[in-house]
Amino acid sequence: MSRADFVNVLYIAGFALFIVGLRMVRGPRTAVRGNQVAAVGMAIALVGTLIDDRIGDWALIVVGVAIGTAIGVPSARSVKMTAMPQMVALFNGVGGGAVALISLVEFRDADDIPLESLIPIVFAAIVGSISFWGSNVAFSKLQELRWAKRRFPRFTVPNLVLAAVVLALAVIVVAGADAEIMFWLLLIAAGVLGVTAVLPIGGADMPVVISTLNALTGLSAAAAGIALDNTALIVAGMLVGASGSILTKQMADAMNRSVASVFFGGFGAGPAAAAAAGDDGVDRTVRSTSAADVAIQLSYARLVVVVPGYGMAVAQAQRAVADLAAALEQRDVEVLYAIHPVAGRMPGHMNVLLAEADVPYDKLREMDDINGEFARTDVALVIGANDVTNPAARTVADSPIYGMPILDVDKAGSVVVLKRSMASGFAGIDNPLFYDQKTTMLFGDAKASVSEVTGEVQAL
Amino acid sequence: MDLLTELAILVLAAFVGFEVISKVPNTLHTPLMSATNAIHGIVLLGAILVIGTADGFLNDLLLVIAIAFGTINVVGGFLVTDRMLGMFKAKPAPAASAGEPEAERGAPGEASGPGRDRKLGGAG
Repeated sequence: MSRADFVNVLYIAGFALFIVGLRMVRGPRTAVRGNQVAAVGMAIALVGTLIDDRIGDWALIVVGVAIGTAIGVPSARSVKMTAMPQMVALFNGVGGGAVALISLVEFRDADDIPLESLIPIVFAAIVGSISFWGSNVAFSKLQELRWAKRRFPRFTVPNLVLAAVVLALAVIVVAGADAEIMFWLLLIAAGVLGVTAVLPIGGADMPVVISTLNALTGLSAAAAGIALDNTALIVAGMLVGASGSILTKQMADAMNRSVASVFFGGFGAGPAAAAAAGDDGVDRTVRSTSAADVAIQLSYARLVVVVPGYGMAVAQAQRAVADLAAALEQRDVEVLYAIHPVAGRMPGHMNVLLAEADVPYDKLREMDDINGEFARTDVALVIGANDVTNPAARTVADSPIYGMPILDVDKAGSVVVLKRSMASGFAGIDNPLFYDQKTTMLFGDAKASVSEVTGEVQAL
Repeated sequence: MDLLTELAILVLAAFVGFEVISKVPNTLHTPLMSATNAIHGIVLLGAILVIGTADGFLNDLLLVIAIAFGTINVVGGFLVTDRMLGMFKAKPAPAASAGEPEAERGAPGEASGPGRDRKLGGAG
């Protein structure tokens, strides 16, 4: 067997392990193992590349890998659970950036590139650049960097023009203009498109955006694989492109949104949001309460449903919440947790945090399972969740979140909302739930509030 | 390898990708996205292959950046996924057998009742 054949055998082993690994990540029991299996696949494919006889410039390879490891490992280890989403966005972005850079070098390095390589190179450059810049914007928005916190209008028309420019530049490059400047312009135009496409999208939709960009990076990697005649890149890239697309659709479905509406409509800073906030005719007074009152309400309830949201994550209140639940359970109060598919900033966000606080998995109920229970719930304790409990999604037809499935918190006997202030949620929409007759608000840091309530419960 | 063979591989890989993600519980959406994210870090191999043949300072510089990016994508991606999946790691003591059998909505086999008989929790 020649060296090249052996390399290819390793590649085949590598991508077979990717497929097995991904299959395993689908099930909770096997997920941890699945991720490890995929990582082993990556190691095998990497070994395959390193023994390839075209490899040179070892020093540069070592430098690059060392820099990447020095940045990647500590940031992945130290990132807080609450900041996971933006971390994924960032890791996805650099993948896209790598593809764009590889295509740029491929273009610069060779003259007379045959069409069957040139077209995938151009495709990889465009998509990689979009993914890199789009992911960085997604990161900035989730990290709430100041420049990205502003509301941006939808740039639909400019984006279409920009897309046309990108396409035109692509055609010029493919048609044989060997001018490097054109390729740089192509990368820049695609990058701007990535920025302007993601910038106006609100935080609630960010999971869908990141998943889309993830699939795009996969596609660009597959294209780079065709240009480089590398099966590992083709298979792994396309695998991610395809599975990422399905995943994107599933995430969007869970939020009752279409992928198109995420990118082209809704959730912007449109006048709809203002209308929903103003003219819904609800009594606009909120009633605030004290920790002691909440403690009494909770202690004499039969069923308490905790509705955690991003506020709980920010305040790192999950342990305090678990302690409160333990205190209540000692008094024979049943405590369940209602998990909205997109509570927090990512699907699964709340599960991760609550599991970290040792909340038993069987206490966590998904939306469809818990919504029927709210009618027999005595107190719904909303901790830093806003948009996912907003009844406007059911009733106000012109609300930007109209139609999104929500937790029917307002069906509970009474509702206690823990919140820092009256600021609106990430989608920027006012929440009629707060003005409901049976709702009381406990203002303050979620962790401090919950601990205080726990203290009061224990003192009763 | 000729283009048609590559396209055939591409199409087959696409179908495998569609099949592999059929029905995923909501809880696993994010870890799964993160795992696929790590897998497209395979571009690292591309960058390593190209640096062997490219010359010129700018090309080398661009590729070192690309290698660093690819490495971040791979190691960061797998590590972050592993941390996210912490909640599904078995606890050392399988003492607690809490939990009535819950009726999971039509998720057969491995996906039903995740960790039903043990308390799930990550490293504290």
